[in-house]
Amino acid sequence: MSMSSVGRPTQPNVGASIGGHASLTGGRGLLQDEPLLFELGGWDKTGVDFDAAEHDASDLGDLVRSRPIGLSGLSEPETMRHYVRLSQKNHAIDLALYPLGSCTMKHNPRLNEKMARLSGFADLHPLQPMSTTQGALELMDRLAHWLKTLTGMPAVALTPKAGAHGELCGLLCIRAAHEAAGHGHRRRVLVPTSAHGTNPATAAFVGYSVQEIAQTADGRVDLSDLAAKLGPDVAAIMVTNPNTCGLFERDVIEIARLTHEAGAYFYCDGANFNAIVGRVRPGDLGVDAMHINLHKTFSTPHGGGGPGAGPVVLSKALAPFAPAPWIVHGSQGLELVEETKAEAAQAFGRMCAFQGQMGMFVRAYAYMRSHGSDGLRQVAEDAVLNANYVKAVLSAQMTPAFPDGPCMHEALFSDAWLDDTGVTTLDFAKAMIDEGFHPMTMYFPLVVHGAMLIEPTETESKRELDRFCGALLALAKAAKAGDVDRFKGAPYLAPMRRLDETLAARKPKLTWRPDDSTVAPTPLAAE
Amino acid sequence: MRFTKDHEWVEVDDNIATVGITAYAAEQLGDVVFVETPDVGKAVKAGDGFAVVESVKAASDVYAPVSGEVVEANGALGDAPDTVNAEPEAAGWFAKVRLSNPAEVEALMDRPAYEAYLQTL
Repeated sequence: MSMSSVGRPTQPNVGASIGGHASLTGGRGLLQDEPLLFELGGWDKTGVDFDAAEHDASDLGDLVRSRPIGLSGLSEPETMRHYVRLSQKNHAIDLALYPLGSCTMKHNPRLNEKMARLSGFADLHPLQPMSTTQGALELMDRLAHWLKTLTGMPAVALTPKAGAHGELCGLLCIRAAHEAAGHGHRRRVLVPTSAHGTNPATAAFVGYSVQEIAQTADGRVDLSDLAAKLGPDVAAIMVTNPNTCGLFERDVIEIARLTHEAGAYFYCDGANFNAIVGRVRPGDLGVDAMHINLHKTFSTPHGGGGPGAGPVVLSKALAPFAPAPWIVHGSQGLELVEETKAEAAQAFGRMCAFQGQMGMFVRAYAYMRSHGSDGLRQVAEDAVLNANYVKAVLSAQMTPAFPDGPCMHEALFSDAWLDDTGVTTLDFAKAMIDEGFHPMTMYFPLVVHGAMLIEPTETESKRELDRFCGALLALAKAAKAGDVDRFKGAPYLAPMRRLDETLAARKPKLTWRPDDSTVAPTPLAAE
Repeated sequence: MRFTKDHEWVEVDDNIATVGITAYAAEQLGDVVFVETPDVGKAVKAGDGFAVVESVKAASDVYAPVSGEVVEANGALGDAPDTVNAEPEAAGWFAKVRLSNPAEVEALMDRPAYEAYLQTL
């Protein structure tokens, strides 16, 4: 089957013959093709029976709706089956290894879930009197203590609700600190070319202009370019460490020194803290602010299972500007300091209405306590060991982007090994789906051609890593042997074939309307 | 036509520079799905981001290869961003800039120099 990159087939595989066998109705084993809820239900039926209303007179006058609103009527089993069928078409960390790089899709321990469901945590209301929430406040206080201890930083803002929200919190602290010192004219933020896209986006959102810092041939910040771009108008630098190439910034101490010498602050994107937790304290490296993705390093769910949580640790210089609320030990037990209190006079404001993602705090704290300080250290060691194992095994067929020296928590390959095969990174990733594996991160970071970024995390066994690497090596050999159709047509075995991403991006269909508002529900494969 | 290391091209006609991205850049980006061109009247400085091009792979800044004032933007790219893939160095131009410092153009690479540069990538 030969296809160009445009006009790729978008039809589901339903009814397709597999092994020469086609079903009569278009069904496929017990996997049903799943229509939209609106196609599945009907306008003329309802899932619940209500008694006829005693009073049907309306006070709405001419505001009464004149047409049916077109909500689909479905019974509970129909609704339940719809979502379970959709979930069967999805991929999840509870189904298999999730090799996405720069994303840390690690196991979410069931112990975390059990703790988060304790009614003392799960049934809290944020406006309850503080005398009734002392246990929850103590958990938040202990979590803050662990985060400060692990990072060697004196203060933490728990409230940011995601990594990017944490970046925003950190930069708002930095802006407040500059303004308090009469340095409001500092409006430029320096960001390396390999940064997460959220870094420049956050800086722009705060009102800063963004300038890129060049990268060296071995994937690190170019110190001479950094030194040349630092100046009296620079507010901060934003550097990810380990960076998105999976490499530790060897010169991080010098980066911090140059930054501070120029009067700027060092924001560290802590998305990859899982590679160094328990081994390196960012506070010792000269970092002024860093967010910690609880949903990455500390195993709380994300990627649709969220919500995320991105507490920000702060240096002594930035601590006074931290957003409210924070917890103090008062005469009546633990108390929250809100921005109306005198001690919060310098706080830049607040990041959210209440105290942050309580459910995630419980999960992250359960993870920390079940591992202990020695266990967290081993988490970092095993994550790095696993990534290096993947890098070493796959290097037999694929070209590592930075072959010299070990990587940290993720292994990065370029597409140089696909040269002259006619297969692209995208084709290769799609073929992985046919082999039963979720693709790795593709085409990121942008500084590596046709990038393939793999983060196995510490939670995968050697057996699973061998299975994964074995599939990739077999595919790589097939690509080099000229079996191009296997890749260009992939995925063949997924519920949906390859989607036309270009068409979807150029002409997105964001709403669905029935052709006729009286449309009746269509039985599956009626023909 | 002159070129930058960041893969923009410039063609000057009577002090007006037409600016776009090179065929190499368009090929590397893959299918272009969105182009943000600068507003007419905007003052641009050589080296600053002045447009954005988004493909199925990535969103990238396009840097102004020359300084001056934007006098025209290619509105046709709004409905047909694929023109950048089809004719990157012709109909897929991004904007026209009235040069404030024509000497900047002389400092850019000519085609043989740009092609030699591509060989090093």
